[in-house]
Amino acid sequence: MRNTTSAGQHTSATPLLQTVALTKRYGTFLANDKIDLDIWPRQIHALLGENGAGKSTLVKTIYGLVQPSEGELRWEGRNMVLSGPSQARARGIGMVFQHFSLFDNLTVAENVALGLDGKESFKEISARLERVSHSYGLPLDPKREVWQLSVGERQRIEIVRALMQDPKFLILDEPTAVLTPQEADQLFVVLERLKSEGRAILYISHKLEEVKRLCDTATILRNGKKVATCNPKAETAASLARMMVGAEIKEVKPAATREITVPRLAIVDLNLEPDDPHGVHLKGISLELRGGEILGIAGVAGNGQDELFAALSGERLAKDPGTVVIEGIAAGHLSISRRRKLGAAFVPEERLGHGTAPRMRLSENALLTGHVAGNMVLHGFVNTAATLNAVDRTTKTFDVRKAKRDPEAASLSGGNLQKFIVGREILRNPAVLVVNQPTWGVDAGAAAVIRQALLDLAAGGAAVLVTSQDIDELIEISDRIAVMFHGRLSEPLPTAEASREKLGLLMGGSSLEATEQAHAAGT
Amino acid sequence: MELIEAIILSVLAASTPLLLAATGELVTERSGVLNLGVEGMMIVGAACGFGGAWLTGSIIVGALCGILAGTLMSLLFAGMALGLAVNQVATGLALTIFGTGLSGLIGAGFVGERITPAPHLYIPFITNIPLIGRILFGEDGFVYLSLALIAAVWWFLYRTRAGLIVRACGDNHVSAHALGYPVLRIRMYAVMFGGACAGLAGAYLPLAYTPFFIPGMTAGRGWIALALTVFASWRPGRLVIGAYLFGAVTILQLHAQGAGIGIPSQFMSSLPYLATVIVLVLLSRARTGGSTAPAALGTVFVPDR
Repeated sequence: MRNTTSAGQHTSATPLLQTVALTKRYGTFLANDKIDLDIWPRQIHALLGENGAGKSTLVKTIYGLVQPSEGELRWEGRNMVLSGPSQARARGIGMVFQHFSLFDNLTVAENVALGLDGKESFKEISARLERVSHSYGLPLDPKREVWQLSVGERQRIEIVRALMQDPKFLILDEPTAVLTPQEADQLFVVLERLKSEGRAILYISHKLEEVKRLCDTATILRNGKKVATCNPKAETAASLARMMVGAEIKEVKPAATREITVPRLAIVDLNLEPDDPHGVHLKGISLELRGGEILGIAGVAGNGQDELFAALSGERLAKDPGTVVIEGIAAGHLSISRRRKLGAAFVPEERLGHGTAPRMRLSENALLTGHVAGNMVLHGFVNTAATLNAVDRTTKTFDVRKAKRDPEAASLSGGNLQKFIVGREILRNPAVLVVNQPTWGVDAGAAAVIRQALLDLAAGGAAVLVTSQDIDELIEISDRIAVMFHGRLSEPLPTAEASREKLGLLMGGSSLEATEQAHAAGT
Repeated sequence: MELIEAIILSVLAASTPLLLAATGELVTERSGVLNLGVEGMMIVGAACGFGGAWLTGSIIVGALCGILAGTLMSLLFAGMALGLAVNQVATGLALTIFGTGLSGLIGAGFVGERITPAPHLYIPFITNIPLIGRILFGEDGFVYLSLALIAAVWWFLYRTRAGLIVRACGDNHVSAHALGYPVLRIRMYAVMFGGACAGLAGAYLPLAYTPFFIPGMTAGRGWIALALTVFASWRPGRLVIGAYLFGAVTILQLHAQGAGIGIPSQFMSSLPYLATVIVLVLLSRARTGGSTAPAALGTVFVPDR
């Protein structure tokens, strides 16, 4: 175990918050195993670990949402027992949740009021909300209802709500997962200011480059145990990842030569009105994708990616058949199964409920997309042996870890279920694969397996369309990258020309020309 | 003139149990719980309310017995649907079936007995003003109570912190829990309030509407109250309008029959439900976004600790 290398800057003698041998047991499962953690004022402390490493349990314990089984919490050197979040807030602990703890049908001011424990009147809360949000450069309109706001604005509510308690210690759980690089930069400015005001910050993130840039100390958890404390600025992203996973992560290797062949998927001037009031209107989307090619679509969530996926998969039909062309055949009016018969395969973003039926077995889920071809259905009867065989092949090829041969989909961990879904589609040998957020919320090991599988599929001659919010992922695997903004798709850029800055500006709505100019001026 | 006054008076009387029961269900549903057992809680409230009044001779004791019975019934629901996280729809339906049977058992001894119904307000001279006098100042106490109650519920939901917390639980129980609110306890109180209101609504029938008890005397009013909550799109103001509208439909149906107008009575009695369906369609078409119903309505919540 390494020791803190940044201890020089401590101004006080005792840490603001300490966890001493903190342990949380769920039945026989150890979510947290004797974790020692010191949080000092004027520090941004990173908490790293894969999904299921115990980060969430640890911060929930610190915020009073979960009671520890053993060990103790110390606040300013003294023992602290929290029976609930309001007690944590009263001491000066604030939290910004990963899946926002907001109420869609309530106003911004009501949402903030629910997070405060004082006896302030509603008017005073609204007034203070405007003051605090402006002083930190996080503007908010107190009267709007949350469902009307963008993801970035929603996060602002969470942060302002936490700041209104004037916390000494703020916990942020993956705050940048849903932000554009520019929005993330704005957040970092706020965090630096909070640090300079003498507050302590615990920062959970998967984005290691970000942690290196921002954080003074990092604690790394693996399987519920603390494995290291280090100075992230002195580490590389690869060495941090190694500590998180406990093994070298296989590097994703593109095939040396990939042959770009015939056009396999074309979108021709696709316009589509949304079918629900929150939806995005797709406007004039055109794209051609050839065999052997991976095209990435970047963009902040909610800019039309889901609508585009629905139009491509056939969940929504286009009026004009010629707007979606699969393997040279106009398919805009065809159903999902007909499109699958043409050689297309689809992996939606949501694993449970969209990609799989959660309470059905894996073999049944394999049948749901595999029935159009092969021998899974014979004379109207399900061929159980064939569906089980498909599960076994997927399991073996893509290293899906599960408790038994054919469990319910919902019982798999996120990473393993995603490997199963991607593998299920790839083993059907599709000519075209459309995949939405392939590694969202998946641990680093599984993400590497999935990215490699996509590269191998393209190397085999298929056309792959990947939509992702993770720019680094797109840069790693795509040949070209286009950006979606407000229902429009930019001209694809060759990956060699697509820098993070350029993509970030496009994701924020700048035109390609303006982006080129800004880039030219900057360099 | 006499006829119009009589019709309006009977509409007010017919609407009051609907308004009372729907007021309770509105609060229950605003906290995120769907209790389909309103009919069952009402009928047990009716039996116990009549029993209490008949044994003691006091309308107030009767009303309290109805409230207590409805609350106990709702606690049964809360224990199952909140404590044991059983499906709310199934539990609510079971509660209605159970209540129907239980009320027959409780009321078996009272069938055929009569009591003096709840007295009507009488203010000398004012109540005698033609037309409006009796309508505004000559009702029984329950009518005024039901209006005061829905006004209080409006004030509670939109003007108090506790009301905001109830609405928050109905919108997103995961967020409410994450902020440290005891979701299940808040929902239990909301369910109990719903039960108390349903019990009182049931007791109103034998205490003020018809001064005797017969099994099954709620006659589907609990279901109309449920439809009314949806019809009002969970807003107290619209609930009052809806309650009097639905009450008017039931009364008009009787008068139409009496006057020999050839509309089948079955059609008239289906009107409240038909109106609810139409309102639901109109609401979802007019909606610009967000959700009209409490977003967490009817979903089971199990906190992790």
